[in-house]
Amino acid sequence: MRYLPLTEADRAEMLARIGAPSVDALFADVPEAARLAGPVEGLPGHAGEMAVERHMARLAARNVSAGSVPAFLGAGAYRHHVPASVDHLIQRGEFLTAYTPYQPEIAQGTLQMLFEFQPQVARLLGCDVANASMYDGSTACWEAIAMAGRITKRNKAVLSSGLHPHYVGTVRTMARFTGDVIEQAPLAPVAEPDLAALAGQVDAQTSCVVVQYPDVLGRIGDLAALADAVHAAGALLVAVVTEPVALGAIRSPGAMGADIVVGEGQSLGVGLQFGGPYLGLFATRDKYVRQMPGRLVGETVDAAGRRGYVLTLSTREQHIRREKATSNICTNAGLCALAFSIHLTLLGEKGLRALAAENHRLACLAAGRLAQVPGVTLVNGGFFNEFTLWIDGDARAVVRDLAGKGLLAGVSLGRLYPGQPELAGGLLVAVTETACEEDIEALAAGLEEALA
Amino acid sequence: MSRYFTEEHEWIEVEGDTATVGITDYAQGQLGDIVFVELPEVGITVEKGQEAAVVESVKAASDVYSPIGGTVIEGNGALEEDPALVNSDAEGDGWFFKLTIADPGELAGLMDEAAYVAFVDKL
Amino acid sequence: MSINPSGWRPSLAANDTVVEQTGTVTGNRALILEEPLLFELGTTQTCGVDLPEPDTAPSVRLGGLERTGAIGLPGLSEPEAVRHYTRLSRQNYAIDLGIFPLGSCTMKHNPRLNEKVARLPGFADVHPLQPEGTVQGALGVIAELGEWLLRLTNMAGVAMSPKAGAHGELCGILCIRAALEARGDAREVILVPESAHGTNPATAAFANYRVESIPCTEDGRVDLAALKARLGSDVAAVMITNPNTCGLFERDIVAIADAAHAAGAFVYCDGANFNAIVGRVRPGDLGVDAMHINLHKTFSTPHGGGGPGSGPVVLSEALAPFAPLPFVVRTAEGYRLVEEEGAADNGGTQAFGRMAAFHGQMGMFTRALAYILSHGADGLRQVADDAVLAANYVLRSLDGVLDAPFGTSGPCMHEALFSDKGFAEGVSTIDVAKALIDEGFHPMTMYFPLVVHGAMLVEPTECESKATLDQFIGALRSIAERARAGDPALAQAPVHAPRRRLDETLAARKPRLTFKDA
Repeated sequence: MRYLPLTEADRAEMLARIGAPSVDALFADVPEAARLAGPVEGLPGHAGEMAVERHMARLAARNVSAGSVPAFLGAGAYRHHVPASVDHLIQRGEFLTAYTPYQPEIAQGTLQMLFEFQPQVARLLGCDVANASMYDGSTACWEAIAMAGRITKRNKAVLSSGLHPHYVGTVRTMARFTGDVIEQAPLAPVAEPDLAALAGQVDAQTSCVVVQYPDVLGRIGDLAALADAVHAAGALLVAVVTEPVALGAIRSPGAMGADIVVGEGQSLGVGLQFGGPYLGLFATRDKYVRQMPGRLVGETVDAAGRRGYVLTLSTREQHIRREKATSNICTNAGLCALAFSIHLTLLGEKGLRALAAENHRLACLAAGRLAQVPGVTLVNGGFFNEFTLWIDGDARAVVRDLAGKGLLAGVSLGRLYPGQPELAGGLLVAVTETACEEDIEALAAGLEEALA
Repeated sequence: MSRYFTEEHEWIEVEGDTATVGITDYAQGQLGDIVFVELPEVGITVEKGQEAAVVESVKAASDVYSPIGGTVIEGNGALEEDPALVNSDAEGDGWFFKLTIADPGELAGLMDEAAYVAFVDKL
Repeated sequence: MSINPSGWRPSLAANDTVVEQTGTVTGNRALILEEPLLFELGTTQTCGVDLPEPDTAPSVRLGGLERTGAIGLPGLSEPEAVRHYTRLSRQNYAIDLGIFPLGSCTMKHNPRLNEKVARLPGFADVHPLQPEGTVQGALGVIAELGEWLLRLTNMAGVAMSPKAGAHGELCGILCIRAALEARGDAREVILVPESAHGTNPATAAFANYRVESIPCTEDGRVDLAALKARLGSDVAAVMITNPNTCGLFERDIVAIADAAHAAGAFVYCDGANFNAIVGRVRPGDLGVDAMHINLHKTFSTPHGGGGPGSGPVVLSEALAPFAPLPFVVRTAEGYRLVEEEGAADNGGTQAFGRMAAFHGQMGMFTRALAYILSHGADGLRQVADDAVLAANYVLRSLDGVLDAPFGTSGPCMHEALFSDKGFAEGVSTIDVAKALIDEGFHPMTMYFPLVVHGAMLVEPTECESKATLDQFIGALRSIAERARAGDPALAQAPVHAPRRRLDETLAARKPRLTFKDA
């Protein structure tokens, strides 16, 4: 077997040193009835590299890759062009095959990278401090609610109707077990998010208000007044960003008064990968650092006085605090954080702004063109690179129909809200820099034909 | 004024109906460099043996139990700025909090300094 | 107060602050290159990506929320960026460089075939919300990997969406809570052995259970009598790790499971150490009700400097109906992805909800499946054999120089546990670990499990040649002898790494978590 270096002679010598007659003897503590005499039955044996590659390639060929057709899917995962150097650099073995940096003297590469990632995230989201990443946006969203509960010692979270339904599902799952109260008004497909109504839901039990920005329909609302109202009630404002590229064009949630800003970082550096692995972004104010979940890297000096970096404030974490930890999280998303950081470094502020501007330009173009299709109206007032269309008919069926014709038209609200037929006409369309004008024309033509 | 000790390595100094609580010099030595102290909120009531504070070294977080019941009247704010005070002067400037004593009878089960020194010697 | 039992007190030696003379103008030492921070190198006007210049008069529909002020994000050109990250990478130890014997963490070789297949556009460039008809291969990967996991564990159901081991643990405990709620049985306690991973009590507490610790016996295993005495109608589950964190197989596992089941409780097994028994023992045959599998441990997906992980959970008959959404079912027309609670076609399941957005760590599934297919059933068994053989070889080769607290408790499994007993006054486990760094090795796991003072947990894995093992053993023997003799130089180690020991106390007392412009 190509991954196993020991030879039969090695094994015999090693057994002799151990003083065991056979490898079987090393499993003597396993109850006899549970010891398998040979390989698990009914499963294939080992295979060479070529055979495995062929098998996997056949499976891959049964998928339509988003890059092979006009594709307009978003709703929490966005297709952006990732520079070739990003993937090259994250495949360096020193990054790819390292562990969590528990021995800082020989892990400064990972530690410095994370120490750079933290302020990149904090600045982008408009906060003081960010952690070294979480599993993904949805789990980061729950962790923010849990953190707001620890800070305010209250247990009701008010979610905006425009929060991604999968995030809501994740939050509701966790809350069901922790006993937190979750309130959310139903989603209405109108031009602007109703942030004033959201402020009205806050009471003395409310730990936080959670608002997505831009929201699941692509709408953008000014959070400043909401932040004031939430703070006046002694609660925190949590903002959720599922498309961080947007923050190259619009104001950051932190600058508008959000206390905790979480996000899905997949857009930068990390491919679509059918939903994972992605990375959660998590940032907050300095004063809440000790209530923050997840790993943190801090600057220090070594014994020779040279600058260096270590994992720090780890007493918040499960391996020390055990049942009193701020979270049970052990692993973060190190390699995805690296990809995010490299991509953002290649862009820099100038590039991020240009990328965001190009996304918005194409989205405006698409929104204008698609709204001309008979039977289609644009729901949004404002948007960044994703907007909601309302069509005469069942958008989910239209999406399936167009997929059969080699066009990934977007994400239907029917897919996201299966129990709510009143939203069946909604279609989310995301337009990134990877779409070209011909793709937009193809979508317009496809919709025209489908709705004719 | 008299000082008592617990088997959990807290000390308590009684002065009239109030008392000052901290951790012992032995305990700070076992913990190593103290990096953070979380103090109880002023005004809360604690029971004897209840977790009242947390003291963190780099690799450990330890609960500090209140040696007796009472109402917290003051936390040592100096520890927030300089947690190293616990290392340099655990049984003096490195005190944690003061409380009003609910029941002086609860002091009865605690050790005096000689008994605590003997207790630590056996560890 | 409670006192840190591990013995780990990482302060710098008082006399250990010396300014090193590199003798160079740059501070570099040949191939050891000092690298400034990105924020010191880049400018906000530097860009390593060519993008269209923004229109002079763009059509702006941003709702009046255009960003006006500076963000403060430095950029680098491509050559600068490649050099910056390449230089950083060279400050890292990695499994590609040498043995990485972190007990409980399982650092094995990461085959590059797995990287190659994960990057096929059919996997890497597929949106999670594409219509089912366009993702049959992706759903097939989830189904095929799930089937392997079920067969290898002899369990009834599998939840694929958890994003890491601890997330899988939470998923398993939530399945248990959902099953108990479904039968109207409110229980509030989870029993966790004192040797457990920190995630276990953290997970149980998060799911709103009270955690009670079960002691372990002199020989490093769960105290069956104490466990039985504590079981009762308030106990929801026993969380056990098998092989356990002392590197031993829990001989009484079947008796533990029987006792738990007789008391109406479930058995959760932390599958972090499944790599020791894969292909040899199926947890379903031991009475386990739920177990997460760290794909990055047993099935060798890369650790990436701390993630991403992936933590599918296998479930018994009793728990399988409660597995979370979404899941894949096979129908006559192909694979379907069930995402809706209470959907008519989800086989009458009582899914407890959703653990995360989307369907799990697909990029890890493709890598794990490629690894599994490469080994096959026979190769996976050999993986367990060689891993256990290597650990026992390390254990016995250090007889006489390192104290093995459970060295007489029978063979170890995939990891060998040592303590600091016998070291001279003033020498601790951390000194031994840091001296290994100077010898060119990554240290073992230190100060875990907490039940052993100054613990050193060595997990060589099946991926090391005998020559590598012998070299590592030789170095560790020599360092252990110096530790017994009280060599003061150990306190200075490492001296050959890119950095000397770092001041963790300073980092924690005055946290500097972000770059502040001068």
